[in-house]
Amino acid sequence: MKLSNRTKVVEQGEMTLAERMYLPAIVGGMATTLKHFFSKPVTIRYPEQTRYLGPIYRGHHILKKDEQGAERCTACGLCAVACPAEAISMVAEERKKGEEKLYREEKYAKVYEINMLRCIFCGLCEEACPKEAIFLRHDKMVPVFNSRDEVIYGKDKLVEKMDQRYLREGWK
Amino acid sequence: MNLFDSVFIAKASFIGVIFLITLGVAAYSTYFERKIAAFMQDRIGPDRAGPFGILQPLADAVKMFMKEDFIPANSNKWLFIMGPCLSMLTALMTSAVVPFGDTVTIGDVTFDLQGIDVNIGILWVFGVVSLGVYGILIGGWASNNKYSLLGAIRAASQNISYELAMGLSIIAILMMTGSLSTKAIVEAQQNGHWNILYQPMGFVIFLICAFAECNRTPFDLPECETELIGGYHTEYSSMKLGFFLFAEYINMFISGAVMATLYFGGYDYPGVDFVTAQLGATAATLIGMGALIGKALAFVFIFMWVRWTLPRFRYDQLMGLGWSGLIPIAMFNVVVTGLGVLLNQQILVGFGGLVVFIAGIVVYDQLVVKKKIA
Repeated sequence: MKLSNRTKVVEQGEMTLAERMYLPAIVGGMATTLKHFFSKPVTIRYPEQTRYLGPIYRGHHILKKDEQGAERCTACGLCAVACPAEAISMVAEERKKGEEKLYREEKYAKVYEINMLRCIFCGLCEEACPKEAIFLRHDKMVPVFNSRDEVIYGKDKLVEKMDQRYLREGWK
Repeated sequence: MNLFDSVFIAKASFIGVIFLITLGVAAYSTYFERKIAAFMQDRIGPDRAGPFGILQPLADAVKMFMKEDFIPANSNKWLFIMGPCLSMLTALMTSAVVPFGDTVTIGDVTFDLQGIDVNIGILWVFGVVSLGVYGILIGGWASNNKYSLLGAIRAASQNISYELAMGLSIIAILMMTGSLSTKAIVEAQQNGHWNILYQPMGFVIFLICAFAECNRTPFDLPECETELIGGYHTEYSSMKLGFFLFAEYINMFISGAVMATLYFGGYDYPGVDFVTAQLGATAATLIGMGALIGKALAFVFIFMWVRWTLPRFRYDQLMGLGWSGLIPIAMFNVVVTGLGVLLNQQILVGFGGLVVFIAGIVVYDQLVVKKKIA
């Protein structure tokens, strides 16, 4: 049965004289490499050049603040439950009087830690979060570690800074 | 006495310059090898050490010197050290007879831009290249390692096999020039009468043999990584390994220079008379030296280009090509050249011979080889 008309019958007989001399094949190969010699390299020099990773790339984690600069996270622990790699841990604390500017909800995360060696960047924490507090940002990657002391990221590295707010395409 | 002294000093400084050029070219060949490989594979290549990575050879040299200099316990220690030294020595000795330029007059001293103008010039190249295999052979044997020994044996048999065809292709040139001196061979080619026009077949044979003599791909069986780990330099490390690799690059440059001398007119370039009239004889000679080095570098590029295009030969294919392919063709070339010299019609007879050769192969193919199964 014929599925398409593109079938090509391959003959496997004796090689022709030109094929046995190899010279035409050698010249053809040299032409191919010369063509590539003058073509543009595809290399991206990584640390200096980066390529756009797309609007839904899952990179560095960020704990968002709201418009007034109060942390959104309420330390419910749903992200830690959702996390398949068990990378997230947190310690909750009740909001005191006078801290309303700092924390949006009545309970907040005093400690919020992500082990970046455990994290598999699946984004399930982002989906689990009911308060829209944790996101995996699309424009920044977690840098390379040089020692094991550096792998646990605390709130100092995760909480959004008000002067460098993270905005995603399509957000208002 | 004074004249002798100044000629001696001039020669000595010239040899020093050639030495430096050779070493510099060899060092930068490693860089350009990697760059050319990268460009042919759509990459960029080394670009971290200095602008465009031009300090890479320096970094490589530092790396080579910092590595542990290891001598295997059961090796023959002195021969093990001697191997890379011999390779390096023979590689550097070959350049002595290559005429890098015409005569230069500085003050009242006139001297050739050539190490030594001996009347056995081309035989010197041959002898030293034949000695070159000793470095590899001794290094591979002294390592006391079966892979090294296999690589060394391959190197020896390959060099001996391809020297025959190489010698036969040079004989055709000697018949035309009537002299073994490299200087005389170059002078016979001045004003555009390059030997490549008279000896296209001989040149192709010589080129293939030069690839084999330098142990370059597609004939790099002595250091064939897929079969022999590192071949003859499996046990070598540090600067001893560096010397082996360095000797290979020097050999490439020198064989490029020899090919330019034998087939591409040496230091001849179009418009010598014009430059001599405009700028003087010394400037013309120096430009000629540049032309020769440029031709040699072009050959180095071809060496690299071929390396990053062709796969390696199988060992029996290598021997088959050398003994039953190149040697008969080279003998045919000698006969055709003899006929050309006899009839005093060298270009005509040369190309006639080429046509007869191709026609002969086609006819042989039609008569003998089985046709495709329909």
